[in-house]
Amino acid sequence: MKALRNFLDKVKPNFEEGGKLSAFRSVFDGFETFLFVPNTVSKSGTHIHDTIDSKRVMSFVVIALIPALLFGMYNVGYQNYLVAGTLDQASFMEVFCYGFLAVLPKIIVSYLVGLGIEFTVAQWKHEEIQEGFLVSGMLIPLIVPIECPLWIIAVATAFAVIFAKEIFGGTGYNIFNVALITRAFLFFAYPTKMSGDSVWIAKESIFGLGNDLANGTVDGFTGATALGQVATGSTTTVTDALGNPVGLNDMIVGLMPGSIGETSVIAIMIGAVILLVSGVANWRTMISVFVGGALTAFLFNAIGSETNQVWNLDWMEHLCVGGFCFGAVFMATDPVTSPRTNCGKYIFGFLIGVVAIIIRCMNPGYPEGMMLAILLMNLFAALIDHCFVQRNINKRLNRLNNK
Amino acid sequence: MAESIKIKKGLDIKLKGKAAETKSDALQSQFFSMRPDDFHGMTPKVAVKEGDAVKVGSVLFYDKANPDLKVVSPCSGTVEAVNRGERRKVLDIRLKSDGKFESVPFEKAQPSQLSSADVKKLLLESGFFAFINQRPFDVVANPNDAPKAIFISGFDSAPLAPSYDYVFDYTQCKDELQLGIDALAKLTTGKVYVSIHKDSAARAFKELKGVVITEFEGPHPAGNVGVQINHISPINKGEVVWTISPYDVVAIGSAFKKGTIDFSRLIALVGSSVSKPSYYKTYPGAEIASVVKGQVSEENVRYISGNPLTGRQVSKDGFIGAFAHQITVIPEGNKNNELLGWIMPRLNKFSTSHSYFSWLLGSKKEYVADTNLNGGERAFIMSGEYDAVFPMDILPEFLVKAIMDKDIDKMEQLGIYEVAPEDFALCEYVCTSKIETQRIVREGLDYLRKELA
Repeated sequence: MKALRNFLDKVKPNFEEGGKLSAFRSVFDGFETFLFVPNTVSKSGTHIHDTIDSKRVMSFVVIALIPALLFGMYNVGYQNYLVAGTLDQASFMEVFCYGFLAVLPKIIVSYLVGLGIEFTVAQWKHEEIQEGFLVSGMLIPLIVPIECPLWIIAVATAFAVIFAKEIFGGTGYNIFNVALITRAFLFFAYPTKMSGDSVWIAKESIFGLGNDLANGTVDGFTGATALGQVATGSTTTVTDALGNPVGLNDMIVGLMPGSIGETSVIAIMIGAVILLVSGVANWRTMISVFVGGALTAFLFNAIGSETNQVWNLDWMEHLCVGGFCFGAVFMATDPVTSPRTNCGKYIFGFLIGVVAIIIRCMNPGYPEGMMLAILLMNLFAALIDHCFVQRNINKRLNRLNNK
Repeated sequence: MAESIKIKKGLDIKLKGKAAETKSDALQSQFFSMRPDDFHGMTPKVAVKEGDAVKVGSVLFYDKANPDLKVVSPCSGTVEAVNRGERRKVLDIRLKSDGKFESVPFEKAQPSQLSSADVKKLLLESGFFAFINQRPFDVVANPNDAPKAIFISGFDSAPLAPSYDYVFDYTQCKDELQLGIDALAKLTTGKVYVSIHKDSAARAFKELKGVVITEFEGPHPAGNVGVQINHISPINKGEVVWTISPYDVVAIGSAFKKGTIDFSRLIALVGSSVSKPSYYKTYPGAEIASVVKGQVSEENVRYISGNPLTGRQVSKDGFIGAFAHQITVIPEGNKNNELLGWIMPRLNKFSTSHSYFSWLLGSKKEYVADTNLNGGERAFIMSGEYDAVFPMDILPEFLVKAIMDKDIDKMEQLGIYEVAPEDFALCEYVCTSKIETQRIVREGLDYLRKELA
């Protein structure tokens, strides 16, 4: 440890203004503060500070995402082997390693592109590197279909980081959730790569692992997500990729086609517990999303529909399928893009739940509503805050007037 | 029966180095220093020059805008130097003490029998008035104002703060406290409010006459006078309230009783770097060394005149601030080189965040805190952090943002007249983004005061 510190101290001058490698100052700074807590001491105000910092907060979100990530990897392998009919012969490790290899490039691309932009901007603005993208970079691979090409992810990530974040001033100033903007960009720019029946199951073998599904040797599978099936089908019965019906339990376990990280309610809930116990995510938002979604789904279910089977989904099923859980736990709770007032968080979360189910039920083109619901409410976050701030202001005014 | 108010929001930071309830005299301080900066809001005009002889109570400087407002010498001796900085700003007036503490005469009287103009004149002449603060703006009170009320906090809830139950001993200062209160009561047409802690045994406060006593319970900042004002009678636009520390109330009372001016007070020497934390009798402006000598063996420490949240950093050979009631010595955090600290369990460090485990270790454990920022400064990321430690009907984050925007209307609407920087100290402590909220609020108050002048 001491040797490392000495080494850093030795090479540091190269990275400072005028040094040979000063073009990489932000990179060096980023790694140095990553390795060692900076020795900065307080100059004004309080002489002591809490040990919490943004690195800690961000890394806890990443830790909370790990169960969903690991399960997603396994599920990618599982779907591939299931469709090929070789699941019985494959070991757990084979299935997982296949999924791991299929998902890893997406994580690498997302981090490379996003962090690359962050480092550049930090260098340019002479600021410290902000940790926000640590989370976004992990979220992005988890909310895309496994068959989404890497170059598209790179383009979308770059678009989102630049136009949804850096243009507004960087982490802490963005209006929209960066990972969701990435997904929205992908969805509207490359709809065929983001939805439909063919993108949810990995089709190519990697390093001899997995099965090649694209050459026509395997047929008769449906690669649609549960929501996709219900939206286009004539019953609310959901089947797995081989056409066998699945129940609520399977939806909760999550061995289903879907975006990489969104399928398992159990894995997401482990993450939710980590976020809530550590206090990193706000419980007000999270609970409200579920309440709003459940109530709305219950209402639609009570009304029922002959033609649109999404209306007939049970409220429990609504919350368990698609990206509802993932969005509620990891996306809606983003502190920067949600309201700052505690009361506002209830309304924000509730409306996300409501709008997500409304979009699912009312919109003919697109089975999932969570992404658009959160983005829409991101837009309203400031307005919701404004109402509660105004209430505080009015209270003070009344006090003055009634003196 | 006193009204009882329970504060729920806030935070008690348990630090090592609380003062044991023993007292001794500080060493003789050879030099004294009075800093105009301690008396925020005054523009100093120096009234003495090098070599002048002074007594306790001799005027050192007065306010340019309000020449009646004077700051006096805490000791007798001679003026050693008037130290000036850039643009001839007065940094401090350095005095050489003769160790006798001879005082200029003060009128021995029963303040309750004097007219309010007489009391005000006496307090202004003797320099006591400069120890009265006003809100809005958290500056030295303007003697021409008619305050709505006067507030006195009868307990200090800050980390490692002196116990007022111990400092304001019933037998020793009940008369002085009462006389001081009687004098202050003459300065307002409203009431004098004294707040005490629910568990306080301080009879000196409890048996005061002519005041409204309110009991508070709950974590810091329950002892901050601003929080108490907000719960008892919040300040509206256009109103002025005055606040004063019981230390200065006793000093005023003692002057009326004895006919001499005496600024001596019992302050606490605390902090994890102090070998035997306890109480010392000393004076405002005395040398830090006269109190800490022989008590601090480490080299890399920070001396703070005041508490670790709101105090001012002073050097080892610096001086005690005029408003400081404790000296805190804690380790500097500039040589930690902590490897990957942001992901470590950090069991020996305190955090309000449940991402560390100090919340599982019980509330009794005492921690050593150093001055490290524990992170880099960022934009606002986490929300609701400030609200959890800010027990006033004010939205702290929005107020801080309004100040950063220099939006005067918004600042007024969000209640800037009710706050002082010290009220934001805990916000600054818990802030994930390490934002200097106290500095921002101080600048906001100064900006507003200038704009509205």
